[in-house]
Amino acid sequence: MKTLKIALAAAVAASALTTAAHARDQIQIKGSSTVLPYATIVAEAFGENFEYPTPVVEGGGSGAGRKALCEGVGENTIDIANSSSRIKQSDIDNCASNGVAEIQEVRIGYDGIVFASDINGPDFAFTPADWFKALAAEVVVDGEVVANPYKTWHDVNADLPEQEILAFIPGTKHGTREVFDIKVLEDGCKESGALEAFVAAKGEDDGEKACVALRTDGVSVDIDGDYTETLARLDANKQAIGVFGLSFYENNTDKLRVATMNGVSPSVDTVAKGDYPVSRPLYFYVKNAHLDVIPGLQEYVEFFVSDDMAGPDGPLAAYGLVPDPELAKTQEMVKNRTPMGPLN
Amino acid sequence: MTDATTVSADAALQKKSGSLFEVGERTKRRQAQERRFRMMGLAAVTFGIIALFGLLGSILSNGVSSFRQTYITLDIYLDPAKLDKAGNRNPDEMAKVTTFGYAPLIASALVEQIKKNDISVEGLSDKDAGDIISKEAPASVRNYVLAHPSKVGETVQFDILADGRIDGYYKGRVTMESAQLDRNVNPEELVLADKLKEAGVLRTKFNTAFFTAPDASDTRPEAAGLGVAIIGSTYMMIIVLALSLPIGVAASIYLEEFAPQNRLTDVIEVNIANLAAVPSIVFGILGLAVFINWAGLPQSAPVVGGLVLTLMTLPTIIIATRAALKAVPPSIREAALGVGASKMQTIFHHVLPLAAPGILTGAIIGLAQALGETAPLLLIGMVAFVREFPGPPPEGFFDPAAALPVQVYNWTTRGDPAFVERASGAIIVLLMFLAVMNITAIILRRRFERRW
Repeated sequence: MKTLKIALAAAVAASALTTAAHARDQIQIKGSSTVLPYATIVAEAFGENFEYPTPVVEGGGSGAGRKALCEGVGENTIDIANSSSRIKQSDIDNCASNGVAEIQEVRIGYDGIVFASDINGPDFAFTPADWFKALAAEVVVDGEVVANPYKTWHDVNADLPEQEILAFIPGTKHGTREVFDIKVLEDGCKESGALEAFVAAKGEDDGEKACVALRTDGVSVDIDGDYTETLARLDANKQAIGVFGLSFYENNTDKLRVATMNGVSPSVDTVAKGDYPVSRPLYFYVKNAHLDVIPGLQEYVEFFVSDDMAGPDGPLAAYGLVPDPELAKTQEMVKNRTPMGPLN
Repeated sequence: MTDATTVSADAALQKKSGSLFEVGERTKRRQAQERRFRMMGLAAVTFGIIALFGLLGSILSNGVSSFRQTYITLDIYLDPAKLDKAGNRNPDEMAKVTTFGYAPLIASALVEQIKKNDISVEGLSDKDAGDIISKEAPASVRNYVLAHPSKVGETVQFDILADGRIDGYYKGRVTMESAQLDRNVNPEELVLADKLKEAGVLRTKFNTAFFTAPDASDTRPEAAGLGVAIIGSTYMMIIVLALSLPIGVAASIYLEEFAPQNRLTDVIEVNIANLAAVPSIVFGILGLAVFINWAGLPQSAPVVGGLVLTLMTLPTIIIATRAALKAVPPSIREAALGVGASKMQTIFHHVLPLAAPGILTGAIIGLAQALGETAPLLLIGMVAFVREFPGPPPEGFFDPAAALPVQVYNWTTRGDPAFVERASGAIIVLLMFLAVMNITAIILRRRFERRW
């Protein structure tokens, strides 16, 4: 009898649970794993210094965050999406069709992408053209488009050490990969003059695609996990070169030897000045309809871009975020809740 | 064909020696076969044990150090001019001073402490010296001040966390050589830490905060703890137990004792077995679609995690319960029915108590499985940075929380190497919980199991 009673009580409780409406008092954030450490630093300081609870921050990737943001308006949807690449028109359309009319675009700063190898290995001084030649499926040799013949970095560029080419690059689901494709492979393709040869041989569209087509003979390895995985793979493969975010490198300078790009060594300074070529802006997107509904949301957004946090002397810069020189403009925009205009 | 030839060959061999006392070719071969089989079995067991010890060894060697933590004792003067300008000692007004305002107080207290102990380190600036203190320190001092406003104006002794790199130095993770290359610490700071240790200011002690503190951001691994994850996991287990045990037992009793044997019950039976084999991530997808998107339950909440894990645990409990019910001999049911008990009385007075140890064992093993499950929780937002403790149940079931296995996953993806130690420490805690549950299951079985 007792068991039956308990079972009945549990069933009643279960149905009560599913119908209970619960007002949310915590900000919910989701998105890019590159922005995640910055968002947690801000969330932690926010929870400490404001009367509001600490926001809940989730990773999952830029694309997943934007998709969740655009699911609709209401307490069981997220308030902010972190993104390491700019929002796409398809996301905006998706948002609009789900009733999310106004979103704010907040640029928090810049992130450098660094190329690093084991601390005990030789020094590397790369140019984008080196990376293109080392990793592209097809390269141009003596004016002919041929399958990539290079085995060592020395083959690619006589100034580089005699070390076998092996690169761990971010997988295609990462926002970092997009930057790598554009700022390294495409630029290298253009610089080395391969683009013209590709276009001549294959036509406009296919020629551009050939710039970012990577060789598949095991020399370039996609890492779908986090930078910690890349680091572990480097540890097992001392010959390899990995692609990391600047802040991750800053936290592991005792294990990694960083390579220069176009003669510039990556640091918060060189990225901020624009000398280091491989960098990208980081964003978060705020759902304006939630601003007066979720307690503390407006304060959180303002706190994130305040000089105390995102400024040059703030904790985010100390962790590896490159401060935005136009931060004051962003602060103004956030205060006025200016929604983002159409993409240009 | 081959069988026939070997048989005849064996017969030929056997014929050569007819005596039982002489070991024939065929006997030798059979004995060799047996020896080989034994060796293989032994090799398999050895391999298993080596693998287990390798795993435990690596986790323990990485993780045991997370149970100790380095602290610095500082006498901090709580300057009223900075902390309470109005002088009212009103916590609401004092809350306007943020942690940024507290940091200088702590830095100057450290400089005082260094002076008092006559420590001087060549090439060390005051700013670098301040880096040996955790970034968590201003927050803990601020919380203390807001809780004890009357202490403002006094000098209070605090045990303050040392920075993760300093802590790593005493755990072998950071060395003088690596500090040379590391941008977050320099060798002078390590020298200072050594001198402070000699003076008795810096100590390494048991890390209770690891069990009680919430998660911390990437800049302060030394402050990260399992508090929220332990509570989240406990809440989920409470929900799983409260839902899956009664439902599972009721379903099993019906299927085993009341249901007619027909095609429908066969289909149900097969499906329960199938459900037990469904990959757990599928339950996560179901949870996301049904509990969050359709029922509108909050993300990252233990209630959703508990419901998803309940679905996952149910088949295990049903299968275990049915086996336990089956093991009760029919004579007991017949005897009860024979003296006039109704079917329900038979079951609840006789069958169920006898089957209870088996049912409980099944339930505990199911719970242990649910406790270690990560995949379905990934999809319902439990892999999040959560610092607020969930409230007391039942409202707390709806507050965001983490869970032990996802906390492990979460920490392994962090950039600071100190989180590797934390993750291994979390694995040790999780394994201890699992071991306790499994040992309880074994004790229950040993104690109460009846054989007929």
